[in-house]
Amino acid sequence: MSQYLVLIYEDESAWGTADEATFKKVMDGHNEFGEQNAAALRGGNALHPSSSATSLRRDATGKLVVTDGAFAETKEALGGYYLIEAADLDEAIKIASQVPADFGGVEVRPIRVFD
Amino acid sequence: MLAATIRVTGDIDVAEECVQEAYSQALTTWPTTGVPTKTGAWLTTVARRKAIDHLRRQSTQDRLLPRIVDANEDAKAVDGDAPLISDDRLRLIFTCCHPALSLETQVALTLRLLCGLTTSEVARAFLVTEPTMAARLARAKKKIRTSGIPYRVPTAADLPARTDAVLSVVHLVFTTGHTAPSGSELMRRDLIERALELCRMLRVLLPDDAGVMGLLALITLTDARQRTRTGPEGELLLLSQQDRSLWDRDAIDDGARLVREALAQRPAGRFALMAAIAALHAQAPSWEATDWAEVVALYDLLLVIWPSPVVALNRAVAVGFVEGPDAGLAALEELRDEPQLASYSYLASTRADFLRRLGRVGESSSAYYEALELCSNDVERAFLLRRIDELGD
Repeated sequence: MSQYLVLIYEDESAWGTADEATFKKVMDGHNEFGEQNAAALRGGNALHPSSSATSLRRDATGKLVVTDGAFAETKEALGGYYLIEAADLDEAIKIASQVPADFGGVEVRPIRVFD
Repeated sequence: MLAATIRVTGDIDVAEECVQEAYSQALTTWPTTGVPTKTGAWLTTVARRKAIDHLRRQSTQDRLLPRIVDANEDAKAVDGDAPLISDDRLRLIFTCCHPALSLETQVALTLRLLCGLTTSEVARAFLVTEPTMAARLARAKKKIRTSGIPYRVPTAADLPARTDAVLSVVHLVFTTGHTAPSGSELMRRDLIERALELCRMLRVLLPDDAGVMGLLALITLTDARQRTRTGPEGELLLLSQQDRSLWDRDAIDDGARLVREALAQRPAGRFALMAAIAALHAQAPSWEATDWAEVVALYDLLLVIWPSPVVALNRAVAVGFVEGPDAGLAALEELRDEPQLASYSYLASTRADFLRRLGRVGESSSAYYEALELCSNDVERAFLLRRIDELGD
């Protein structure tokens, strides 16, 4: 068994204009996903919008530079994640395909294990 | 051999190493023990034994490296699977053609791992440089390992979706064998046989798939003409020069039947249309009697669903026969800046032929030289040199 991180990328502006019913539908979707895949789920969270993000880098001299905003500015921002356990990529894709992400999609990344 | 070894190691790189070791063992022991009668079986056995040794070493080190094959699957396959499904090469082709890999990578991996092409031959089949292809293959193998792409035939539900990539792979294997990218022979029978074998296997596995039917028809029809493609001295003969009475009529009938079956399913797929074009050529009583207008019409349909510059180039050739070399040349002109054709020798040699037929000797000659620069197949090179010679400047 391997662990995979399922990253949910969605258009934040679409979320900004979504109504109560849409919000409820998505939350119901996540609850249903959680119930149906409880055996595979190892963790997961929703994130505040990327405008709440703070990025840290070091400049050429090694000095820490703290900036407002996400690391990469893209139309679709990281909005949440699940940590799942699956036998292989096919099984991981099967689980990830059930994650609600109407305003974008999900990315599946294998978790690296160090010896 | 590699596919059988991968089933033991569950890791492509390790399996490749074991196969390498088997070959070097053959080099050291065969001179003293003599060459075994079944060399392939001997090498496979040695490679698999090395793989098992490797696994033992690995388990004593207690390392949990990610493996493609899970233990249960492996045990199952050894004793009871249906003969087709248990074919290691079929498993490997579905691993290589996994949708988590880009389509080009899928084809490249299959050529390298299933058909044993060198990295340089794969690079040429893709019209890219060797370092580019080497990097792409290394990335792909790493992704298979780290992301856990499984080594098995997909479930029935996933099977149709995975088929198109597999068909593209088999088709490219066939075209690579049909005109070898380099070397002294025009064709590589081993690759043609491998493509046919893979295609027949898919036909049994997916009997209703029109794409499989179309591809099998295409390969059968094209291969039915293979005997006449070279003359007594091994020289290249064009379709117009070939003795059609030597073509394999049974294979042509089989292929034509498959084309009709494939075209009955709508919409017509890319391989079914290509096979229909091949059937027109195979069934025409002579070069002159070929229905070129129908050939162009089929290429037009093909371009709609498969807008590839190579298809456009073939269409231009047919246009040259319907409307004359001037029209063919005009159709080629549109493809001049196509980056995918920049290192494709057939673009230059087709232009050279149109110019030759128009009597533009100087331009024709320099176009033939341009084609010669890009061509690495000795038989094709000899043909181009003969044409240049005939032009006589």
